[in-house]
Amino acid sequence: MNVLWLQSGGCGGCSMSLLCADTDDFHGQLRDAGIDLLWHPSLSLDSGSEVTALLGRILDGDLPLDALCVEGSLLRGPNGTGRFHVMAGTGLPMIEWVRKLAAKARHVIAIGSCAAWGGVTAGGDNPTDACGLQYEDDVRGGLLGSDFRAAGGLPVINIAGCPTHPSWVLDTLMALAADGFTETDLDTLGRPRFYADQLVHHGCTRNEYYEFKASAEKPSDLGCMMENMGCKGTQAHADCNTRPWNGEGSCTRGGYACISCTEPGFQEPGHPFHATPKLAGIPIGLPTDMPKAWFVALASLSKSATPKRVKVNAVSDHVVVPPVARRTRLK
Amino acid sequence: MTRLLVGPFNRVEGDLEVTLDVADGRVASAHVNAPMYRGFEQILRGREPHDALVYVPRICGICSVSQSVAAARALADLGGITMPANGQHVTNVILATENLADHLTHFYLFFMPDFVRPVYASRPWHAEAVRRFTPQTGEQVRAAIAARQRWFTLLGTLAGKWPHTQSIDPGGSTRAIDAAERVRLLARVREFRRFLETHTYAAPLEQVAALDSEAALDAWHHSAPLADPLNGDLRFFLTVARDAALATLGAGPGRFLSYGAYPQPEGGTALGAGVWHAGALSPLDPAAIREDATHAWLSDAGGPQHPRSGVTLPEPDKPGAYTWNKAPRLAGAVVETGAIARQLASGHPLITDLVGRYGGTVYTRVVARLLELARVVLMMEDWLRAVRPGEPFCTPGRLPDEGSGAGLGEAARGSLGHWISVRDGRIANYQIVAPTTWNFSPRDAAGRPGALESALEGAPVRDGETTPVAVQHIVRSFDPCMVCTVH
Repeated sequence: MNVLWLQSGGCGGCSMSLLCADTDDFHGQLRDAGIDLLWHPSLSLDSGSEVTALLGRILDGDLPLDALCVEGSLLRGPNGTGRFHVMAGTGLPMIEWVRKLAAKARHVIAIGSCAAWGGVTAGGDNPTDACGLQYEDDVRGGLLGSDFRAAGGLPVINIAGCPTHPSWVLDTLMALAADGFTETDLDTLGRPRFYADQLVHHGCTRNEYYEFKASAEKPSDLGCMMENMGCKGTQAHADCNTRPWNGEGSCTRGGYACISCTEPGFQEPGHPFHATPKLAGIPIGLPTDMPKAWFVALASLSKSATPKRVKVNAVSDHVVVPPVARRTRLK
Repeated sequence: MTRLLVGPFNRVEGDLEVTLDVADGRVASAHVNAPMYRGFEQILRGREPHDALVYVPRICGICSVSQSVAAARALADLGGITMPANGQHVTNVILATENLADHLTHFYLFFMPDFVRPVYASRPWHAEAVRRFTPQTGEQVRAAIAARQRWFTLLGTLAGKWPHTQSIDPGGSTRAIDAAERVRLLARVREFRRFLETHTYAAPLEQVAALDSEAALDAWHHSAPLADPLNGDLRFFLTVARDAALATLGAGPGRFLSYGAYPQPEGGTALGAGVWHAGALSPLDPAAIREDATHAWLSDAGGPQHPRSGVTLPEPDKPGAYTWNKAPRLAGAVVETGAIARQLASGHPLITDLVGRYGGTVYTRVVARLLELARVVLMMEDWLRAVRPGEPFCTPGRLPDEGSGAGLGEAARGSLGHWISVRDGRIANYQIVAPTTWNFSPRDAAGRPGALESALEGAPVRDGETTPVAVQHIVRSFDPCMVCTVH
């Protein structure tokens, strides 16, 4: 499977994240899966005219393009000209390159939330008129239009995340290379369901604190970060706590809130990222699929039942009260 | 005179275009274009100050932590917040993990692959270069990616993930580590040390850090182990550098800037601060920084500005402009920044000797980076040992509704500064001057070229070359990060 990787209005962090894939032979794993990286901005020898020649062969139909991976948002400004990113050495705006190459590709893949929805680059008043390949925040359209389908029949595959997880990308590419990926594998926002059908909450190491609503109050506290610290793990679609990052990590394990970076529009939540917005003391964002009345009832019940150990540890940066160890022959 | 438009320039972070005027087989003049603008400084205005910690790491996927640390320092300065010793040590370890990974990535993935090009096919070391450094298949390229992957598991534990952590707070680190975790982290550092001592240096790190002159480096190059000048990737580089005359290629402006790296709880920084010029180090004066937007597609109303009061406003049709990058100057002078500047400011005898002989060139930049890689691993071991489990890692502090702050520090590529001002609890202005903003700056109002622009002058261009290999060596020797440059 021939893969071309281009970067535009982003930070390159999804590529850097990809290189952290959990394998002792990154390029060997790609090759063994039948994936041929035609060109990648960080990983290829070809530079300058060698690259423009390669792009020319793809556009002329001399070189089949199986997957076009785009990292970074698409910069349509100023005034629709795309001049906020003219691809070096070509005089042509990157949005024009992406439009032309997408028309040749069997699959088009948005690598990360910028390429999927616009992401952080579309924050504030969006000075560059940034958008995703097929979405602008949660509205279908984007650069390629809501009806776009690549030659292989699929809409843009949105491997959203900021950055995206290395194995979300590799699992998608390897499934595509094995012809084992169909439209039913995408959720309603075009994200691969193997990770988007999960919630960040699943496997969170702070679950006991969540159960008792024993909440962190300041950075480095061990407690649940939903009530005060802005955590959206109970709403955000991703498997970050069952498929950890860089060995044993995740945002919540690192001591900070999930900001739901796989969701469209996450960059403008309408409140400071590090503080939970509340109405009458109740967080506005409730756990996905949970009725508010039940949440309020369960929260007040569990708060009143919180063991001292959980209450104390929740506002400490290390375990102050360990679980009692007097029992034997646990039932 | 012929004109070459070179790009897309890969194996740099982000997109880069270089225009070369060539005469008599040499570059007569160069213009450097950072061809992408995103507008972070515009996006940050009007936000709650703490939100900067979510936004700024996303300026750059390769210097993400450096951006976070600079922002956290600017916020700490704004709020008068100091972090406890544990927070300082962990923040330093997190930043060093990224900086050293960047040095490793630069050497193995970005810089060395150019020596496998057919233009060098006649050289005695070429076959070995192909075996080691061919992208995607080279033995050392693959080994370095694997070592890097393991290395970044330090940040899975300490920072949740890399890139784009939010564990770095003005008051310290949000992730306390216990005694058992510290033991495990030290084991991970030793694992990386083993990679470096086997593959990169074929020698103990202490031996590399102790090299104190070009004579000592030459003796080491041709000495043990195995008396093989190709043994280890640094010796291999030294062999190539000698043959390809890299010591005289790509001379920079000769004035080097370091803000100082890795502040210590007892005061001072582990790597020095200052401006090194003509063999002498003078103190840093951040008040003397100005950004000149004369040749940028940005408003230059009011002339060159200190970043405290700087403005970033696109003017895409501005006549005479050729890049999105501004031209920072220090007391009016062009400076170079990076590992070489930090090692000079720290008075390291090897780099002082090499720069005294050659100046800042392709050779001295790469040696400085590899020296720093060895030195900082040793420091990280000390910092981890200095962590006191059970004591605080983070001291929360409140940010005022009015005020200003500056956060200066060192990314892998050099000096990085953030300047914030806050009115009514919102960001009124936010300015960022990144390492490659300095190194790849365009001409200023006086017409003086930036550091890379002047380093490219005189570079050889072979017959028929459209993307001259010497130009590629010079450009990549700075380890540019274009997404930071303009942001």
